Amino acid sequence: MKVLWKRIPEQLRRLSILVLLLIVLFVMIRTLLVPRDFGKYGHYRASAVDEIVSQSIHYAGREACEECHDDIAGVKSSGFHRNVACEVCHGPGAAHMEDPSGVQLTAPRERGYCPLCHEYLTSRPTGFPQIVSDLHNPMKPCIACHEPHDPKPPVTPKGCEACHAAIARTLSLSHHVYLPCTRCHQDPGSHKISPREFTPTKPTTREFCGECHARNDENTKGIPQIELVNHYSRYVCWQCHYPHLPEAQ
Amino acid sequence: MKSLKNEKGNCTPRRTFLKNLVLSCSSLFLPRLIFPQEKKNEAGSWMLENGYVPSEHNWGMGIDINKCIGCGRCVNACKTENNVPKVPFYFRTWVERYRIFEDRDSTVDSPNGAIDGFHEMKEDGKNVVRSFFVPKICNQCDNPPCVQVCPVGATFKTPDGVILVDADYCIGCRYCIQACPYGARYLNPETRTADKCTFCYHRVVKGLAPACVETCPTQARIFGEIDKKASPLIRFKRINKINVLKPFLNTEPKVMYANFDMEVK
Ligand code: HEC
Ligand code: HEC
Ligand code: HEC
Ligand code: HEC
Ligand code: HEC
Ligand code: HEC
Ligand code: HEC
Ligand code: HEC
Repeated sequence: MKVLWKRIPEQLRRLSILVLLLIVLFVMIRTLLVPRDFGKYGHYRASAVDEIVSQSIHYAGREACEECHDDIAGVKSSGFHRNVACEVCHGPGAAHMEDPSGVQLTAPRERGYCPLCHEYLTSRPTGFPQIVSDLHNPMKPCIACHEPHDPKPPVTPKGCEACHAAIARTLSLSHHVYLPCTRCHQDPGSHKISPREFTPTKPTTREFCGECHARNDENTKGIPQIELVNHYSRYVCWQCHYPHLPEAQ
Repeated sequence: MKSLKNEKGNCTPRRTFLKNLVLSCSSLFLPRLIFPQEKKNEAGSWMLENGYVPSEHNWGMGIDINKCIGCGRCVNACKTENNVPKVPFYFRTWVERYRIFEDRDSTVDSPNGAIDGFHEMKEDGKNVVRSFFVPKICNQCDNPPCVQVCPVGATFKTPDGVILVDADYCIGCRYCIQACPYGARYLNPETRTADKCTFCYHRVVKGLAPACVETCPTQARIFGEIDKKASPLIRFKRINKINVLKPFLNTEPKVMYANFDMEVK
């Protein structure tokens, strides 16, 4: 061993000690800088997960309010707002649950609140109940007529335009303005009360439009007419003409 | 070399100097020996104590664009739950409005992340053919570019697939913010460290849903296990055609979109 060490040239021997020292120094600095729990589970500090997990919770969750407010939860569970969590309207409730009378939640009673979800926007999906708040009973708060936990229109809407405002507005600008919705859609009766369960019919055949537009002896001459058999017969009419705005050009 | 001379007038021998150097360096370890860290609180112990085993889970989110009404309650809840500064530019989740015009032009806007919802826009002469809302969030990529670029290992992927940021360890260099192709990260102005959606990790490990999912009124957001059979995400994937954002980047996002429009970027 000693012989081997001696046989290494002097300058290499000195250098190797220096290198060794540098390595030791590096390891020392590294252990100093790198936290002890780094790499326990992966390339990260294990206790960081604990810190993130210990962040305080503000929203208590959907079921949390039921144990004390079962009356309201019960009403809500069968209404249109059943999927709207209590804390959406009343704000985060974890602190209120700890100390119900100390931390009071507020209720959004003002008129400006509900339009967040219900104001008419073209980008909203069709069928979502929307109103134009400037025109929809503007002088009263929404909760004067709609119970927020079980919102129903106080009376069954009469016209289809109450819910299909965009279609009604489009139709009112089109050549079909004088056709009532029910000329083309038969309401099974309960669509206005349970719109999703009972959907009205929609036209299914070319012949339906042909009732007015086919060129034959029976049809009114004032209505623009086409040869039903060869006017693009591969398609149904509404593949090209939007029935609520059926401009030909 | 006066200072190195001892009383006999000799220089400190190199050997002694080196010896002292090594000794004084090792004294740097003293604080460590005297105050052993985290003895009482074993790192990563929360999980063990509460019976949550990260490796048994793999979390993901489904977003149905057709159901989103753009009310922005998710944005509001997210900021409240996670103490994100309530000023513009800092969002862990936000909602975009896409409007596609007749001439195939399209615009995207997100006023203050949609924390106060949207207002109808004047149509400036052009006809809108399609318009819809797209909620955005960190995609919790399976193959996350942000984790790869972090020079100190302050952002990482947990065994349950969530990408987290160690705010204590982050040096605020912003590499990860640059690297994220989805713009999902920001520099928290209070802590000066990188910040992002955690899937509400502090809620998820306790069996609660993320705040945005909790407050979504139309169930446009679905949260659950990706790999388990009995999971709302499985139904989501069965009944919808699924797309992810920027699939060509191979980041393998765990946020899936249904009713995805080709204009969505
Ligand atoms: C531990 C029982 C308990 C739970 C759980 C609880 N509350 Fe309450 N809550 C109360 C009590 C008691 C009051 C009446 C406090 C008072 O008037 O001093 C109250 C009052 C309220 C009010 C009325 C404030 C007002 O303006 O009159 C609202 C709103 C409310 N709670 C919402 C919630 C929501 C949302 C949740 C779920 C996150 C919830 N509560 C969970 C006990 C509870
Ligand atoms: C769509 C928003 C909305 C949702 C969702 C909602 N609330 Fe309310 N809540 C209100 C409004 C608005 C009021 C004020 C009613 C009033 O003053 O007549 C209110 C009032 C209350 C009150 C005060 C008691 C009262 O009748 O004045 C309680 C308690 C309450 N809500 C609990 C709940 C609970 C529990 C849930 C979930 C099961 C819930 N709310 C869901 C909007 C909502
Ligand atoms: C966070 C979003 C949200 C808020 C805020 C909200 N709603 Fe709703 N509302 C909904 C959803 C979701 C439905 C169910 C729609 C459906 O069934 O397609 C609904 C349904 C309704 C309906 C039933 C419409 C119908 O089809 O007959 C009325 C009325 C209503 N809300 C009134 C209100 C009022 C009044 C407020 C304010 C207190 C309010 N909403 C606040 C989301 C919201
Ligand atoms: C209470 C609100 C409401 C009223 C009033 C209403 N609808 Fe609807 N309508 C809806 C909703 C909600 C849907 C479902 C949209 C969906 O499922 O996406 C719908 C769907 C439809 C559909 C599409 C059905 C399908 O299979 O796609 C037609 C057609 C329709 N309504 C016609 C009418 C007509 C005609 C009237 C007037 C007699 C009317 N609606 C009145 C709310 C209403
Ligand atoms: C004066 C009473 C009154 C007030 C105030 C009122 N509404 Fe209504 N609301 C009605 C009636 C009646 C209907 C059903 C027929 C109609 O559309 O006019 C209705 C229908 C609705 C519908 C269902 C429309 C659909 O497409 O299904 C929504 C949503 C609604 N209201 C929301 C609101 C909101 C939000 C406010 C506050 C900004 C509000 N309402 C204020 C009386 C009222
Ligand atoms: C000229 C006949 C006609 C009239 C009048 C008409 N519709 Fe339609 N409607 C159709 C046809 C055809 C479809 C199917 C369109 C399709 O599948 O592309 C349809 C589809 C619909 C749908 C399904 C959603 C959509 O946008 O495609 C709704 C809702 C609807 N109509 C409501 C109404 C309402 C409300 C009125 C009255 C304001 C009305 N319609 C008047 C022919 C008509
Ligand atoms: C009850 C009779 C009736 C039915 C059913 C009907 N239409 Fe019409 N249609 C009319 C009338 C009336 C006009 C407008 C004539 C005018 O004022 O120029 C018209 C106009 C049109 C135009 C506009 C032509 C132009 O000059 O721009 C088209 C296209 C059209 N309808 C397509 C359809 C389609 C598609 C259907 C089937 C979904 C349909 N119509 C069903 C009566 C009908
Ligand atoms: C493949 C697309 C397509 C289909 C399907 C189609 N149309 Fe047309 N339609 C057109 C075009 C394009 C025009 C205008 C040029 C023309 O007259 O050929 C037109 C014109 C019309 C006109 C106006 C004719 C006039 O003299 O002003 C009416 C009415 C009409 N169509 C009704 C229908 C009806 C009813 C059906 C279903 C039986 C139908 N169309 C199916 C494309 C179509």
